[in-house]
Formats: sequence, C-alpha cells, structure tokens
Amino acid sequence: MNYNVNEKGYYGEFGGAFIPEMLYPNVEELRQNYLKVMAEPSFQQEFNQLLKDYVGRPSPLYFAKRLSEKYNTKIYLKREDLNHTGAHKINNTIGQILMAKRLGKTRIIAETGAGQHGVATATVCALMGLECIVYMGEIDIARQAPNVARMKMLGASVIPAKSGSRTLKDATNEAIRDWINNPVNTHYIIGSAIGPHPYPDMVTRFQSVISEEIKSQLKEHEGRENPDYVVACIGGGSNAAGTYYHFLHEEDVNIIAVEAAGHGVDSGESAATSILGKEGVIHGCKTLLMQTNDGQITEPYSISAGLDYPGVGPMHAHLCKTGRAEFMAITDDDAMNAGLELCKLEGIIPAIESSHALAIFEQKPFKPDDVVVVSLSGRGDKDLQNYIDYFKI
Amino acid sequence: MNRIQQKIQEDKKLLSIYFTAGYPNLNDTVTIIEDLEKNGVDLIEIGLPFSDPLADGPTIQDSSTKALKNGMTTETLFNQLKDIRKTVNIPLIIMGYFNPMLQYGVEAFCKKCAEIGIDGLIIPDLPVDVYHEEYKAIFDTYGLINVFLITPQTSDDRIRFIDSISNGFIYMVSSASVTGSQSGFGDEQKAYFKRIADMQLKNPQIVGFGINNNDTFAQATSYAQGAIIGSAFIKHLTEKGTNQIEKFVKTIR
Repeated sequence: MNYNVNEKGYYGEFGGAFIPEMLYPNVEELRQNYLKVMAEPSFQQEFNQLLKDYVGRPSPLYFAKRLSEKYNTKIYLKREDLNHTGAHKINNTIGQILMAKRLGKTRIIAETGAGQHGVATATVCALMGLECIVYMGEIDIARQAPNVARMKMLGASVIPAKSGSRTLKDATNEAIRDWINNPVNTHYIIGSAIGPHPYPDMVTRFQSVISEEIKSQLKEHEGRENPDYVVACIGGGSNAAGTYYHFLHEEDVNIIAVEAAGHGVDSGESAATSILGKEGVIHGCKTLLMQTNDGQITEPYSISAGLDYPGVGPMHAHLCKTGRAEFMAITDDDAMNAGLELCKLEGIIPAIESSHALAIFEQKPFKPDDVVVVSLSGRGDKDLQNYIDYFKI
Repeated sequence: MNRIQQKIQEDKKLLSIYFTAGYPNLNDTVTIIEDLEKNGVDLIEIGLPFSDPLADGPTIQDSSTKALKNGMTTETLFNQLKDIRKTVNIPLIIMGYFNPMLQYGVEAFCKKCAEIGIDGLIIPDLPVDVYHEEYKAIFDTYGLINVFLITPQTSDDRIRFIDSISNGFIYMVSSASVTGSQSGFGDEQKAYFKRIADMQLKNPQIVGFGINNNDTFAQATSYAQGAIIGSAFIKHLTEKGTNQIEKFVKTIR
C-alpha cells in the first residue's frame, strides 16, 4: 500500500485539485515547480539554515518521565512548542515563503484558525519583506486575541471572515477568493495539509522534518529509530502529516490520529471528521468531510480553534479509510484536563490542540515498554484565556 | 438538438440571467423562470445554493445562505422544476458547486436533469480534466451540455482544449475576480475579449462577471455572442422583489 501522493495528486481515492478555472494557472504553476524547487541545493541550504538558526531546530525529543510513570509506559514529547512562534506551523511557512520567492511572488495570503499559522506566515513575511494578508474567522479573532495582536505587530493585515460559521473553514474560503482576485502576484500559503494538489503533499514535505528528527533522536534515546506509536492531533492535519511522514511505510509503527470530539461525537457540536464525515469536496480536494445528506458543509465545533475544521487532509482520509491510522476522538473536557495535567506533571503548558493528543492516555492502555511519541504541536500561551475561563483560575 | 445549441444558432446577442434557487423566497423559482422568459431573456442559469461558494462574491454568497435557510435542497429544486417544461421553452442551465452533485450521485443528478428538461450544467469547481476523464460519458448519455469557464489567465492551449470538449458555449470570465466584484471594462479586458474573438473558436463565448447594465452588456456583446448577469439581478431581487423583473430586463437591452 502506498500512503504518499501519486502522480495525479491522489492518496487512494482522496485528493485531486477541485478548483475553479480561475485558480488553475496558479495551482498548475505550483504543481509543475514545487518538487523541482524543493530539490534545488540552494533551496535546501536556505531552508535548512533557517530551520536551524531562525526556528531553533532540531526541536527536542523529550522523555516525559512523570507522565510516563503515571500511565506506566514510555512517553516522548516532540517539542514543536519550542519552535520560534510557538508551534510546528513555522516549518511550513519557511518552506513556502522560499517557494513563493523563487516563483517571483510579491504578495502573500494565508488563512488561520488558532492564529498559529497566521503568526507563522506574518513572521516569515516580515523576515522576507513581503506583503502579508491573513484571513481569520471573526469568532477565532475573538478567542485568539493575542495571536491577532502578534500578526499586526509583525506587519500583517488581519481580515475577518464574516461568512458561515466565521471560523477556519470560512477564513479559507476568503483566502481562496482573494487568490482568485489576485492571480498573478500572490502566493497562498495554506497552513494545513489540505487544499488542491500539490498543497497537501508540499505542506507534508515541509513538515516532514518532524518525523525525520524523531528517527535520529529516538535512536539516541532508545537505540532504535522507530517508536511503537506516533500520536498527533488532527484538524486539517499538518503536524500529524509531518509526525507520521517517515513512519508511513514502517509497519512496526502504529499511527494514532486524535480528532476533536467537541462536546461529544454525537452531541451535534463536534469536529470528529473520521466518524461524522463522508467523502466530499472541500477547499479544492476530495476528502472526508462533515456535511448534510444534501452535500452542504456543516459547521464543526471544538474548543480548540486549530481543530475546528469540518474536513481532514486527503492523506489522513486515506490513512483512515485503509486502516493505517487509528482515529480517536477527544472531548473538550478531556483535552482541557490533559492539558492541565501536563502543566502539573511536566511543567509544560500545551496548546489546547496538542492537549487532545495527550488525552489519549486516559482512554487507551499502553504496555510498559511501549515507546509512544506524541507531537506537542504548540505551546499554550495563546490559549491562556481559555484555560483561565475553563478552570476558573 | 439541445435547446442551448438551438439558441446559439439564432442571429442575436444573448442575454443570460443567473439567479439563486430559493431566493428571495423558497418557492420563487418557477415564477422567476417564467417571468424571465416572458421578458425576452435568452438563457437562464438556476443557481443550486451551496454553503461554501468559493468563486462567488458577497451578493451571491448571501443569496445562497438565505436560500439554504429558506430550506432549499437539491431534491426541493428538482420538485419545483418537475413541470417546468409545460410552461417554458427557454434553455435552462443548473449552476452549482460539485459537492451537492457528488452527494446526490452524479449519474442520478444528470438523469434527473434530463427528465426535467434541463439543458446544461455549470460546475465551477469540477475541473475540465476530471470531467473529461470521469463524467463526460454520463453527461453525453443524458444529453447535457457542460459549460466551462475561461479567464484572462487561461492559456491559448488550454482554451483550445476546452473548446474541443465543449458543445454549447464557453463561459468567458471577464476578469480575474469572484462574482459581483467590479463593473465596467478597461482596456485590458477589451484586449482579452478581442484575443478570444480572434481565436475563432468553434463554440461561441458568453461573457460573465462584471455585467450589470446596458453599457457593460453592449460592450461585452460587441466581442462575444452573449453576456451573463448574476449579482446585479440578485441585487434587484433583494431590493425590488420578484414582481419587477420586466423593469430589470429593460434596463439591460
């Protein structure tokens, strides 16, 4: 079984490029060039240098001793929260800004949910001196105020998406409309492993540094490259795609994908796409999608803005359909408690997105000698208000 | 011969009007179609509303949201249209995004369209190559014409390819934009209209996006065989309701 994209842009039956003709020249230009550009030695050199000196990579693989004791297994945390800007998102934006420059683009647009991708995009635009416009749902702007302020300080314009559920899905719609209106000078930095081909593959490749590092770091810790489990939370699925990438075809590595159940999978307020979704087309790709019987996209819910998305990337849809990955759904409450537990046991305040991945230990037993690597995709600074409100701190 | 093919053989400049089904009220669909035909419109595009219309500006987005709130569904639209061929002869095109059609089943959707007497479809997010490889045979079976878009950025080679697999008309998007975002045509657009006219394509072109009055209609049709009005008509329906359609059509030509 192949879990990577094929030459037509599909992962099994999922993927493709379902885009209006207005976007065809842009997407086609990218499709024809992305692998070539990424393979250029000068690109590799600049990308790796920035990851090292600017982002602070490699991010540590940390053995969480007290957490491991509590759950009687060996838990390692891949510390993407320690990256510059506080999450894994910067890996991809560094890659895409270098891509945009090589394609001669002068204006950058992006969508953002939790604001982490918006901040990461605004950051690299400041670094490269390019104009930056970030679309963000009106509701997310309200619940992620610190990130909105960060983007503005970094020189980006933040434009509220006021249609639909006014969250990540709608911000993405607005960014796509912007790209339709600005087809020549603009590059759209998609933050998740979604969108028309080649975006899911390109984003995955830029994020694959996560699993590349896990391999060599685990070798140092445990004397072996492959853990028994890799675990990551999934909204659109960029941190997950990067965490899994180098393990996709390693059969001894179990893959766990953690979705947001919101108030519960059957509550009507959830973002558990693998359970609630069926095949459909969103934002340019065919994937698993939460929708009505009539094919209208439904409004998801999660306490975590970064997981509040009605689809998953096409690679993840394929991993789900083929059974390669085990999908779990974690409620708001369980995620919040797992987040607080990490604070108390390890002195790390995680992003609420990442807390979902940590919550699986209450639900799923592991063996004492299992090595479980969890992607700690982001830090919790941006979520402080949510934690304060939730725990009445 | 399909009604679209008959219509484009007429020696006249064609006025095509788009409206969103279920807007302003759920059951306005048939009345609007009958009134548009009565007032001399040549083609009608019936918009099947979608929750996430990527290629549309605020006017058509809002009408789609309202239509869905009013209760419009694919099945409801088909029910409203089931006797439409008893009262009108105008070519009818359903314009909608791909996901609702995919959920209905592409073949079932096409079959239903043929039964009702729909002549063609416009599906902005179904790419030409996917249509060509996976769905063209179904469209052909049911005698449906699929209309493709071209834009100022579409290469000549791709336009030739689109022309080769089209059998009705080509929807010429006037500028790089979503619907309803501009008015009036500049030199750049006129040069583009002329470039396409000079290509001598086998399918006639009908211009859409940016047509909102007599002036823009006349400019567009001086290069192409027809023009499509969408957002401007939706605005008219929002402001004046459904009983002054005659007035609107008269302001165009």
